[in-house]
Amino acid sequence: MANVLSNIGDWVGERAPGLAPFYRKHMSEYYAPKNFNLWYYFGVLAMVVLVNQILTGIFLTMNYNPSAAGAFDSVQYIMRDVEWGWLIRYMHSTGASLFFVVVFLHMFRGLMYGSYKRPREMVWLLGMLIFLVLMAEAFMGYVLPWGNMSFWGAKVIISLFGTIPFIGNTLVEWIMGDFLPADSTLNRFFALHVIALPIVLLLLVVLHIFALHEVGSNNPDGVDIKHGPKGNRWDANKPADGVPFHPYYTVHDLVGIGFLLLIAAFIIFFAPTFGGWFLEHDNSIMANNLVTPAEIKPVWYFTPFYAIVRMVPSFFGSAVWGVLAMFGAIAVLFFLPWFDRGQVRSIRYRGTGYKVALGLFVVAFLGLGAVGTGITAEVIPKWFGNVDLTTWENLFGRLMTIIYFGFFPFLWAYTHFGWEKTKPVPERVTGHD
Amino acid sequence: MNQRYFTKRLLCVLALALGLLAGGAVQAAEEPELMSSGASVRDQASLQRGAKMFFNYCVGCHSLKYVRYSRIAQDLNLSEQDVMQNLNFTGGKFDDQVISHMPADMATKWFGKAPPDLSLEVSAKGEDWVYTYLNSFYLDPHSPIGWNNTVLPNAAMPFPLAELQGLQTATMKPGTTDVVEKLEISHPGTMTPAQYQQSMRDLTSFLQYASEPAALQREHYGIWVLLFLAVFTFLAYLLNKEYWKDVH
Repeated sequence: MANVLSNIGDWVGERAPGLAPFYRKHMSEYYAPKNFNLWYYFGVLAMVVLVNQILTGIFLTMNYNPSAAGAFDSVQYIMRDVEWGWLIRYMHSTGASLFFVVVFLHMFRGLMYGSYKRPREMVWLLGMLIFLVLMAEAFMGYVLPWGNMSFWGAKVIISLFGTIPFIGNTLVEWIMGDFLPADSTLNRFFALHVIALPIVLLLLVVLHIFALHEVGSNNPDGVDIKHGPKGNRWDANKPADGVPFHPYYTVHDLVGIGFLLLIAAFIIFFAPTFGGWFLEHDNSIMANNLVTPAEIKPVWYFTPFYAIVRMVPSFFGSAVWGVLAMFGAIAVLFFLPWFDRGQVRSIRYRGTGYKVALGLFVVAFLGLGAVGTGITAEVIPKWFGNVDLTTWENLFGRLMTIIYFGFFPFLWAYTHFGWEKTKPVPERVTGHD
Repeated sequence: MNQRYFTKRLLCVLALALGLLAGGAVQAAEEPELMSSGASVRDQASLQRGAKMFFNYCVGCHSLKYVRYSRIAQDLNLSEQDVMQNLNFTGGKFDDQVISHMPADMATKWFGKAPPDLSLEVSAKGEDWVYTYLNSFYLDPHSPIGWNNTVLPNAAMPFPLAELQGLQTATMKPGTTDVVEKLEISHPGTMTPAQYQQSMRDLTSFLQYASEPAALQREHYGIWVLLFLAVFTFLAYLLNKEYWKDVH
């Protein structure tokens, strides 16, 4: 048996000589810092969710009917008449939300440990492109079940483009292929959601990982293990503080994946709608352009960005500024490596100013989420009694918007003018936990 | 070490913030005061009574277009004979979906609005809403159909369950003509209030089941999946520990 396997291995090796070196470069001889902590799970978890979305998505398309007349019914058909259809759909809908949970945490990890900094700018840029495509992918997927919130959410989000001067209205019609979200909209969103964007997403993920493996992984100390001492148990010329990705980090990641699956399974089997956060009540009603839901708001993961649209006032009779600010909130992240001029990567050794700024940035992001989800509209009257809700909500939301955007120029000034008092960075990584 | 603590503090703050978000979500459901239904799809006897209720009082006007008779039989542990003789009054076949005989165009003429399909009513409105709605009809001489409802003001639906619950009369808040302060039974029905509420609980459970028949399966399998994953994660943890024990 061993002989047969070895023969097959030789046969393949002779005909695909690049395969074994490729495997070694990315798995068994990719040396990752040995001090990864909890935050380093989220990259692999995002990949697990991506695979889940693709596999469950394939099965959903087998029974889904991408037409305004049939979409809603076909989803119920999947939920009731297709064997295990309910499980496939809940895996897909839960996966969509968990995708954003792990991606937000993954990005925050990058902010904390300076993973976007030289020489990893390319990794960051590709990651940001992934985030952008993921948002488009999620938005279009959200429209497909053709519930009433899908419909109105699509209508509101697409009409944001209508604020663009001169071409706005034409652009909106061009995107929808109709005057309202309709059959044509659903068809093109289906095509983009199941073919176009997933292909782009997969390509970007591969490039993101290749780009990472060219420059090597960062770590919680922000120390470059490539510049440290050489020689480990496996190779005399490789970083002393590195361990082979396989098997060390594959078994390591298996534990994290186990935890992710536990959380996901709990949601899928016991709380698939997650109290209306992952699957909204209004989406149990079929799309109806005559019945507007009591409150139109996007799914939770879009709410911080959506809140920015609402918080930026109109100027010169145009509402385009809010839309620009919303896209700007994502665009500005692309340039993070150039805003931050600091040499020290990890928050462990950065100045207090950075720690406070990053903390405030997180608060602003969550605060905007609270505005976007309607939590502030609920809480303000409860805490402050009979006050003018709009005034106070705008005040809070605008403050959060200013803090969000303020993070970037602050970071530039803080690092450019040498105001940051960093701590000494150790020569080598400080062990793993 | 300080830095490590910082990370942990940050994690705590994030967890707390997420908790607040979740807490806010619970509060965010702003409905007029709803009663707690106590409905449960796990109570099979309640589901069976609720089905009987639905097919005796509701199916005349309301369909369950996504639910099949055969599926009801299977999920509620009823025989084909039970369902076809005691529940199926629409003349549908065993594998057919539950479609009311009420013609939609005539219904629109009679009530101003065709009675909605109830397959997803609980998913859309919540079980407490449905339960409260069923408990909140009152006589209203100003309404074209003679009935009104505190949860869904000016509902187009007459109240076919009045013979069970009796007739409720509303006392308006002082100084208002349309804000209901309380409902009282002025003419008792064939059921006591407790019996009626139990019946509505059964009916709500059945509609909750109709909204998501998969709920029965997922809770059944869920526990085994979680157990498997717990064992898997524990083994992965041990494997990881074994591999990493000599990395310093």
